[in-house]
Amino acid sequence: MELTTILFYLFAIVTISAAAVMVFSKNIVHSAFALMFTLIGVAALYVLLYADFIAATQLLVYVGGILILILFGVMLTTQGRTFSFKTSTVNLTPASILSVAAALLLIYAFVQTDWKITDSGVRDETVHELGMMLMGEYVLPFIAVGVLLLIAIIGAILMSTRLSANNDGEV
Amino acid sequence: MNSLFLTNILNLPLLVHLALPLTIILVYALVAIWGERKVAGFIQDRLGPMRVGGWHGWAQSIADLLKLIQKEDIVPTNASRFLFKFAPFMMFAASYAAFAVIPFSSGYIGSNINIGVFYLLAVTSVLTLSIIMAAWASNNKWSLLGGMRSAAQMVSYEVPTIATVLTVIVVAGSLNLMTVTEMQSGNDILGFLPNWFIFQNPFLIVAFVIFFISILAESHRVPFDLPESESELVAGYQTEYSGMRWAMFMLAEYADMLLLSLLGAVLFFGGWNSPFGDFMGGPVWGFFWFMLKGLLLVFVMMWIRWTLPRYRVDQLMHICWSVLIPLSFINLVLVALWELIF
Repeated sequence: MELTTILFYLFAIVTISAAAVMVFSKNIVHSAFALMFTLIGVAALYVLLYADFIAATQLLVYVGGILILILFGVMLTTQGRTFSFKTSTVNLTPASILSVAAALLLIYAFVQTDWKITDSGVRDETVHELGMMLMGEYVLPFIAVGVLLLIAIIGAILMSTRLSANNDGEV
Repeated sequence: MNSLFLTNILNLPLLVHLALPLTIILVYALVAIWGERKVAGFIQDRLGPMRVGGWHGWAQSIADLLKLIQKEDIVPTNASRFLFKFAPFMMFAASYAAFAVIPFSSGYIGSNINIGVFYLLAVTSVLTLSIIMAAWASNNKWSLLGGMRSAAQMVSYEVPTIATVLTVIVVAGSLNLMTVTEMQSGNDILGFLPNWFIFQNPFLIVAFVIFFISILAESHRVPFDLPESESELVAGYQTEYSGMRWAMFMLAEYADMLLLSLLGAVLFFGGWNSPFGDFMGGPVWGFFWFMLKGLLLVFVMMWIRWTLPRYRVDQLMHICWSVLIPLSFINLVLVALWELIF
């Protein structure tokens, strides 16, 4: 086996086992930290697919941003009782039927698809091409996504300030 | 394990290549901790450690390290055991991984990848998570408060850091730190000044000031050391740690300081380029100049630590969101305009 193949299996095991811990853990903070291992594993798999820019973005946005916000939210909302904060399992039968069905569908799709296998070949620079495409061919969707994010940020600020203004009025 | 895998792993040049920054960090940490105590002593008009080793107490850090190795490894009863034990190692791994893209000299860079500085910023964001992990797993209110402060601080100050790094990238046109350094070779500005980015463009001086304030906050140095402010939070997220696990935290913090200082040296002060053009050039002198620039920035951080008082949490957030972020964005636009015109 080559080193890259061994690394692929290593990171695949990390990703899948961390995902299992995330789903089955009863402690919500443990789940969040397991999610971190899943996201890092997926980033490593992106690197093995020669998508280094996507991998770094995955780390920066999901691990460095969203996951910290999740943990922050969990710790703020549980008000110091984080250790006794537990989740419970509900709707076990319908959930397992649905997830087995989804898994079967995915496996069926994986087996049926005619995957195009290209030679891994020499590693090319992806950042330059990506930048050219974002600023050239896909500039309109890129700007649209930017405007959408701006609207979301303004909405979040508006909602949070209105809430605190109401609280001030009541008190 | 088959033989090909073993030959891949047990490749001696590869091992040396991988472990070179580690050696540098370990030696640097011993010297820097001793240096910090000496700097503190001199600024406060006292001598600092003087006894161990003879000359000015140079062996003090080694004695401290030996003491820390012998200490009992205590895990609090109600702590989350796995996360508590894992957090210090993850913190050091995150800061060490970032050293892969730092060009130590013209002959050595861990990994010459095209996304260089972007990878560095992405990997160091794992540092924040490991601090939260340590803080939460300790099951201690001071630890948790310190961890929360650290998360808020690092997420906020990441924005001006990335914005100022981006201004340099706009000028350089490459994310690869080796290419960024090579672009700063030569002495052409005003006939004698080196072609470092700090001299190339007046707005990059502003960018450096913002960058330096932000890396002070990102590496939890005074005046932004709220996550571990000893007068109110005991030791912040490190409160429950002892022995080697605590030493790993200290190592990671000092490594992070060096990493961000070296990044500053690459982006603004020409990395491994000699200030005298070709005089004292070459890979070995390059390493000397690069470490000198990095250690100078580390020294300025220590100097600031023993000079300024600590900010309050609200002042910290105000500095970031109302001053540094707008300034760094305006500065980014001005730098881009300057590059367009000249």
